[in-house]
Amino acid sequence: MATNLSRREGCAFIQAESEVSAINMVYGASLAGARVMTSSSSPGISLKQEGISYLAACELPAVIVNMSRGGPGLGSISAAQSDYFQATRGGGHGDYRTIVLGPASVQELADLTHRAFDLADKYMLPVIILGDGMLGQMMEPIEFKHEAPPKLQLRGRAVRGAKGRPSRIIKTFTSKPSEMEEINWSLFRRYQLIKKKETSFETYMTEDAELIVVAFGASARIARGAIKNARAEGLKVGMLRPITLWPFPSEKLKSLARDTKQFLVFEMNMGQMLEDVQLALEGEGEISFHGRPGGVIPTPSEILKVIKRLYHQKGLKKAK
Amino acid sequence: MKKVYSRPKTLKKVPFHYCPGCGHSIVHRLLCEVFDELKIQDRVIGIPPPGCSVFAYNYIDVDMAESAHGRGAAVATGIKRACPDALPFSYQGDGDIAAIGTAETIHAANRGENITGIFINNAVYGMTGGQMAPTTLLNMTTTTTPYGRDLKLEGYPVKLSEMLALVKGATYIERVAVNSPANIRKAKKAIKKAFQTQMDNLGYSLVEILSPCPTNWKMSPVESWKWVDEVMTKEFPLGVIKDITGEKDAD
Repeated sequence: MATNLSRREGCAFIQAESEVSAINMVYGASLAGARVMTSSSSPGISLKQEGISYLAACELPAVIVNMSRGGPGLGSISAAQSDYFQATRGGGHGDYRTIVLGPASVQELADLTHRAFDLADKYMLPVIILGDGMLGQMMEPIEFKHEAPPKLQLRGRAVRGAKGRPSRIIKTFTSKPSEMEEINWSLFRRYQLIKKKETSFETYMTEDAELIVVAFGASARIARGAIKNARAEGLKVGMLRPITLWPFPSEKLKSLARDTKQFLVFEMNMGQMLEDVQLALEGEGEISFHGRPGGVIPTPSEILKVIKRLYHQKGLKKAK
Repeated sequence: MKKVYSRPKTLKKVPFHYCPGCGHSIVHRLLCEVFDELKIQDRVIGIPPPGCSVFAYNYIDVDMAESAHGRGAAVATGIKRACPDALPFSYQGDGDIAAIGTAETIHAANRGENITGIFINNAVYGMTGGQMAPTTLLNMTTTTTPYGRDLKLEGYPVKLSEMLALVKGATYIERVAVNSPANIRKAKKAIKKAFQTQMDNLGYSLVEILSPCPTNWKMSPVESWKWVDEVMTKEFPLGVIKDITGEKDAD
């Protein structure tokens, strides 16, 4: 990024002194109408939360990448998914949401980054790409499916000096709670629209599944291998992989519960997306959980063991 | 009758909400005069801080965007890098720039960012009720130093402008005050020079302004003006702290 952006006409790359400063540079560049992003790993993302809240409040688009690692605190430097709550519940202060995308391959890192910028511009909000240390260090062949974006029109709300127009104020602060309430309502209405229009997911062998694994990002990648092997042994296992972690594909999950009664949530944390699954299923089906926190990366064979045990315990039917 | 003064074009016709004797309204007016004289109203982007002067956007008729405490220099950096023709300035109090925003300020100056800082030093956190600020003078009573600022417990007043002068990327740093007609004229000159420095792409400029806060100092406006002269300027002497505008070439 430093090589490609720092000398390219119309682009800028800045190494900030801190994450706090970086997110505020992002805020400034977004104010001025630029397409802008910042990236860090878990502890750095905690530092950026103040700025993300301001971006959300002032309806400013930006992309924030979190290649998350084991926590809490300084934690470990190995891949983990323990920032799910932080990413999908707003993260900073105030009543807001960010769109959260959960890539599961290097190809998807590229595709979803593209989508993240488009979504940020479309809905005027910060979009978070929640990856992990495993994806961040993985090498895979990819195809850049998208053309470089054409020169974008300058956003209507950009502050670049009041040339030929009245001066513009970008702010939320008000001493009248009713005005702030209206801002919150306006954001909420947009969030409802996003839930309706932008929820995305992938299903894998769910048609005849007796057991559905729900996993995102790197966990889904691990689970996929396990499911393949389980199928080879005649276990009818499938997977739902949320691609948008917020909005969460609740309706899809609920509809899967019409035919499948057993769900296994697998995450590299102690059960964060698990709560979204519980909320989505509203008591339908039975939910089990397998989690490895702290930066431990389980193998497909470990997940296969969990699947087999569960399959046996619940007395599920094997394929003939 | 001869007209000797009129409202600057850039100053909106809105009554100030500031307390009687507060320096903010004077500084706002000076900024507007400078923007008019330099003909830059349509290039300036203001970044007011949380605090009493968050409402600066109600008075100064330029593009403005609010920022989090202390982050003015980082926000200005983002704006400037994305839009090099703009003239962003952060408007920050002492708590803002010399406590929570020290890192952002020093590093922006060190990068030689072409931005301007307007630093209002009133030695207290004004809006939140007059708590001790980094610039609170020794022995000065505030709501969080009811027995006076104690060197052993709270340390010394932070001299941010002097610190910034040590930073190589900083080009122009001056400390002024708005407590007398003569000082107000000097303050305007300094503000004008700071923006000229930015317009000439010479690097980071900052004007520190000693500004009375009679409400939190528990003084009358007249007493507060005197106090700036008699007490505050002893710790924070007025004058140019760094000026290398003559030595630098515009890039």
